[in-house]
Amino acid sequence: MSSRLARLAAIATAAGAFSGLFGVGGGTVIVPLLILWFGYAEREATGTSLGAIAIIAGLAAGAHGLYGNVDPLNALLIGLPAVGGVVAGTAMQQRIPERAVALAFAVLLLGSACVLVF
Amino acid sequence: MEVSDLIGAIVIGLAAGLAGGLVGVGGGVLMVPGLAIFLGASQIEAEATSLLAIVGVAAVGAWRQSGYGNLRLGDAVAIGVLSPIGVVVGTVLANTLSERALELMFAAVQVYFAYRLVRRAAGPDAPPLPAKG
Repeated sequence: MSSRLARLAAIATAAGAFSGLFGVGGGTVIVPLLILWFGYAEREATGTSLGAIAIIAGLAAGAHGLYGNVDPLNALLIGLPAVGGVVAGTAMQQRIPERAVALAFAVLLLGSACVLVF
Repeated sequence: MEVSDLIGAIVIGLAAGLAGGLVGVGGGVLMVPGLAIFLGASQIEAEATSLLAIVGVAAVGAWRQSGYGNLRLGDAVAIGVLSPIGVVVGTVLANTLSERALELMFAAVQVYFAYRLVRRAAGPDAPPLPAKG
């Protein structure tokens, strides 16, 4: 096995485990490793990561579906607005101050983490 | 389901997609708590359902990014196709752990995401690119 293929397999396995365990895409694993190991630029890493995530999340949703925990109606309710959001977000990428978005998002995350824990 | 919960779920979905498009993170890490808080899902149900929602968001996001020349399709497909072992390990583990353990681990992931975002906001405009390897 070439070392390139071995590295891709390592990224895939780590991202798949993260995705199955936490119900997220695994971009937080894929993006930094594509930059570190393959010299990707940040936007390329993000775009390529999204393509991989579409496949990984599909496989993980299928695996979780075998346990009977997937609710397609709820997925549609939260997923359809998210599809609209990602189209708008990608288009606005050049015009919006990234720092403000990153900070607002961090506040949302900490808030919902508190709801989970308490 | 109450109307306020429906609106909450839609707003969280929109925010998750926007954040995904703008800063490249965040579909699932926001949709999981959104599903639990507004749509009455347990932690494991929220995670499982979030994954199905992510498929659409990631596919559309990748398609938009490919328009900007940011998608390397070969590597993306290779990573996706090579992921099943990890997916199975993660999924079985998620269904083995207690609901409470899963909640606490997920909260830790959220705090880590928040930390990375704050560091990014506090840092220089663009990180230096590593040498091609």
